[in-house]
Amino acid sequence: MATPAADADFKTKLQTWVPKLVLSPSLALMLVFVYGFILFSVYLSFTDSRILPSYGWVGFENYDKLFRLRHWDIAVNNLIVFAALYIIICSVIGLMLAIFLDQKIRGESVLRPIFLYPMALSFIVTGTAWKWFLDPGIGLEHTMHLWGWESFHFDWIKNRDYAIYTVVLAAVWQSSGFVMAMFLAGLRGIDNEMLKAAQMDGATNFQLYHRIIIPQLRPAFLSAFVILSHLAIKSYDLVVALTGGGPGRATEVPATFMYSYTFTRNQMGIGASSSVIMLMTIVAIMVPYLYSELREKN
Amino acid sequence: MSAGSTDTAVRTGRITRTALYLVLLLFALFYLLPFAIMVINSVKPLTEITGGNMMALPQDWTFDPWVKAWATAQIGVDPTGLKPYFWNSIKMVVPAVAISTILGALNGYVLTKWRFKYDTLIFGFMLFACFIPFQIVLIPMARILGLAGLAGSTPGLVLVHVVYGLGFTTLYFKNYYQVFPTELVRAAQIDGAGFFRIFWRLLLPSSGPIIVVSVIWQFTNIWNDFLFGASFADFDSQPMTVALNNLVQSSTGVKEYNVHFAGAILAALPTLLVYIVAGRYFVRGLMAGSVKG
Repeated sequence: MATPAADADFKTKLQTWVPKLVLSPSLALMLVFVYGFILFSVYLSFTDSRILPSYGWVGFENYDKLFRLRHWDIAVNNLIVFAALYIIICSVIGLMLAIFLDQKIRGESVLRPIFLYPMALSFIVTGTAWKWFLDPGIGLEHTMHLWGWESFHFDWIKNRDYAIYTVVLAAVWQSSGFVMAMFLAGLRGIDNEMLKAAQMDGATNFQLYHRIIIPQLRPAFLSAFVILSHLAIKSYDLVVALTGGGPGRATEVPATFMYSYTFTRNQMGIGASSSVIMLMTIVAIMVPYLYSELREKN
Repeated sequence: MSAGSTDTAVRTGRITRTALYLVLLLFALFYLLPFAIMVINSVKPLTEITGGNMMALPQDWTFDPWVKAWATAQIGVDPTGLKPYFWNSIKMVVPAVAISTILGALNGYVLTKWRFKYDTLIFGFMLFACFIPFQIVLIPMARILGLAGLAGSTPGLVLVHVVYGLGFTTLYFKNYYQVFPTELVRAAQIDGAGFFRIFWRLLLPSSGPIIVVSVIWQFTNIWNDFLFGASFADFDSQPMTVALNNLVQSSTGVKEYNVHFAGAILAALPTLLVYIVAGRYFVRGLMAGSVKG
């Protein structure tokens, strides 16, 4: 009598442990490689690390230096300009294309994948394509001249004041289709009865969108904002491939700044402090979002 | 999606509709143009690009740029073409995708069907890992890979991609298993089925679509990664994206635009193929990336 009971007891105990055991390798990986590493980087940002990590404590000196660097200033300003334009333009184009596609368009199934395919490409591929297309020597400007439009002038990619906008252009090309897909999914989820009722009351199309449909897309707007801002802050590949941060430093962003200070200029302490600033920016955006998403579910 | 939901109540007139189609077609052109230019110019001799018009079709069709990009182009110090790097990418992507998907499936299963105290918190921690800027882990990762003797190796890159992909794969499977009836799991438990047996017999057979989503997402992300490849790889492990960038940015000799374009298409081909074959799942993966399943 006692043995089967003990056996069953052991079995239930095992059953409660197995799931945790299965989860533990992933959890351990996360703890070390994500949270442990974050702590290590934060720690390094307070040390005198140069080419290799070293552990002489220097307090806030790296941050102090960082904020005085003109190079960092340029990178942050570029990120602000880039992120703002990227998010706004992607949202506008995405919303417009979604609304247009939602009008029982013939050929929707052909157009949708055309709008979306750039998202499957690597930023390095996107960068390469746009780099040569925008190159005044062989690309668009050259072509227009050959077509007889001699005064056509488009050398933004070589121009310090405008190069950052070419990064925006390429990034919008890559991601706006994705925003379209998110808004389209949102539009398809809207209850038609309500719209029909509003139409009966004499609402115009503009009013329908302005008053009823677009306000209901709030969750899609929020998701788009979070994903795009997160992509913008992390953007490294596109800048490297498209402009290499140039001309001069005209398109440096925090991601390229961190890389060059850490690995080519051997200022690891400053590099680490810049990565901490990047992390804090993302935390400020992501944590409230994740928190509300997870709370909603439970 | 039901037939009714694609129906919109908004009515449009003839002129509006023409304008709609016009705008949509213009945007289709905008999205297609850069890729079309790459394709057209990848089958042109170099003189037709530098001396001629980028938008014009080739007068002499040639596949030499493709052959050169694949097999003989100068990348770094050796004239190897992109071929060895293509295999580097494959050797990195396949195990990384497989391991992260398997772990993600098990995690999702545990987090939905074997819930315990603080599981939501743990999930939140895993999810947050998806969104960190990877710059914050570059220095410690370089250090650890060096200490573990994995610096510059494919297994090192596999480890990196598994770790930073886990959050996403866990998210996918968690959202998917959340709607799987828990009563079935409880009933199987009462019948004496254990943890793995339930997973194997009950959950896994119905997981086809989400496995596809997870595999596609991971494949696309890891194939397209540049930052980790550039930071942690050397010649024997450098992925395609890094090699392509080296090819395009190389400052020595004549810029062979046609070879660059052919190389860029070669680098894009695997993910594009996946997108064409399984685009539906690709979109689903992107959507789930916005946390809500």
